[in-house]
Amino acid sequence: MAKNILIVGGGLAGTIVANGLCRQLREELWSGSVAINMLSATDTHMYQPGLLYVPFGRVREAELFRDQRKVLDRRVSFIVDPAKHIDIDKKAVTTQSGKTHSYDFLVIATGSRIRPDAIPGMAEGGHWFYDLEGARKMREALAKFSGGRVVVNVNVPHKCPVAPLEIVFMLREHLASRGMLDKSEITYTYPIGRLHTLEPVAQWASAEFQRHGIKSEIFFNTKSVDAQGRTVTSEEGTTLPYDLLVTIPPHSGQQVILDSKLGIGGWVPTDRHTLLREGSSNVFVVGDTTNLPISKAGSTAHFEADTIVDNLASLIKEDQWARHYDGKVFCFVETGLNSGTYVWFNYTTPPNPGPPSQMVHWFKLAYNRLYWLSARGLL
Amino acid sequence: MSVKQKIDARGAFCPGPLMELIAMLKLVEVGDEVEVWSSDKGSVKDIPEWVNKVRHETVGITQQEGYWSIVVRKAK
Repeated sequence: MAKNILIVGGGLAGTIVANGLCRQLREELWSGSVAINMLSATDTHMYQPGLLYVPFGRVREAELFRDQRKVLDRRVSFIVDPAKHIDIDKKAVTTQSGKTHSYDFLVIATGSRIRPDAIPGMAEGGHWFYDLEGARKMREALAKFSGGRVVVNVNVPHKCPVAPLEIVFMLREHLASRGMLDKSEITYTYPIGRLHTLEPVAQWASAEFQRHGIKSEIFFNTKSVDAQGRTVTSEEGTTLPYDLLVTIPPHSGQQVILDSKLGIGGWVPTDRHTLLREGSSNVFVVGDTTNLPISKAGSTAHFEADTIVDNLASLIKEDQWARHYDGKVFCFVETGLNSGTYVWFNYTTPPNPGPPSQMVHWFKLAYNRLYWLSARGLL
Repeated sequence: MSVKQKIDARGAFCPGPLMELIAMLKLVEVGDEVEVWSSDKGSVKDIPEWVNKVRHETVGITQQEGYWSIVVRKAK
């Protein structure tokens, strides 16, 4: 009987795991002693970080998408039928169509979703770029914008933790290029007492904000948005007027995690080193789905997925553990439309971003294309 | 009876202990407690400062071996 590996979720993390396992378990797949199945909600794979460029018309939407079957190794049995219930005790996953898939090893890679509906008025009054529909609407809003008060409003939890700063600098340059900077004002709000949770990034951003005349409001956790009156109010008691509200909505995990009672908020309790679900020895959790106190970002998903591939392949081939995940995260930071920097850290090494340069910006643009090699597990 | 959720944010640089706490407080009921473990000494100042600002309640701060345990009660 073949050992059945079931991957729930066809985003970056699930895809890297699937493709990596196909390479490491070549003989087992050929002999039929291992089978790899993936359940996904969609047949399309989207390059999510590319959404940042959509509001500024800096990317063609078609560039963000690939047919998931073409991104996946053909030895993966790919099923478009989203998981509705995960039963850890019975080692089975039930899908929307009512089918039940059993497994020997499960990889939960269901990801996160934005929840503008979680804050009163946000869906009506805010714009965002964290999904395609939102990014399109934000592009339309920017095209109509003739200057005024722009509030960039950050909420927790959210993925891609440097994107809020990137959008600020890109917005500023966009307004400058349209000749609207002198009649506009950008205010950035952040939930804690500095401009970014990473202290070196916060210090760098603070100097850049001062240099560019960007205002900020720290300790700002959004309580409500008044879409008619065009104001946004915080739990801390501050109200800001706006003409254009660009928000980073709070995120949650997927409904299937909540419905399966696998974790508060839809985040699955996960061991920080093994990436096993707490209490399980055959259930791995990867990417945004974990409850780990690290950035929800594509690079996190990538480094975690590589670790799971090594460990799962080693367990199947040698019945041994291979290595631990060290908490590694790497993020590019766009510091304008033509410059960028990067930051990396892990559980024991603090972040230390370098000075922005055009070279790093170009490298990020190159990575926007190289992403598809990452998803295929080649990079 | 109040429920205690635990956040092990030791070695967490991003999003960091306070951001983790803010996210968790959105998920628990009024009266529930959340215990944060942080290896960043700054949390001893940052967390009570924010908790005070939004009128939740800091129940206790204890220094353990290599980290601090900060317990917060959701008050509203």
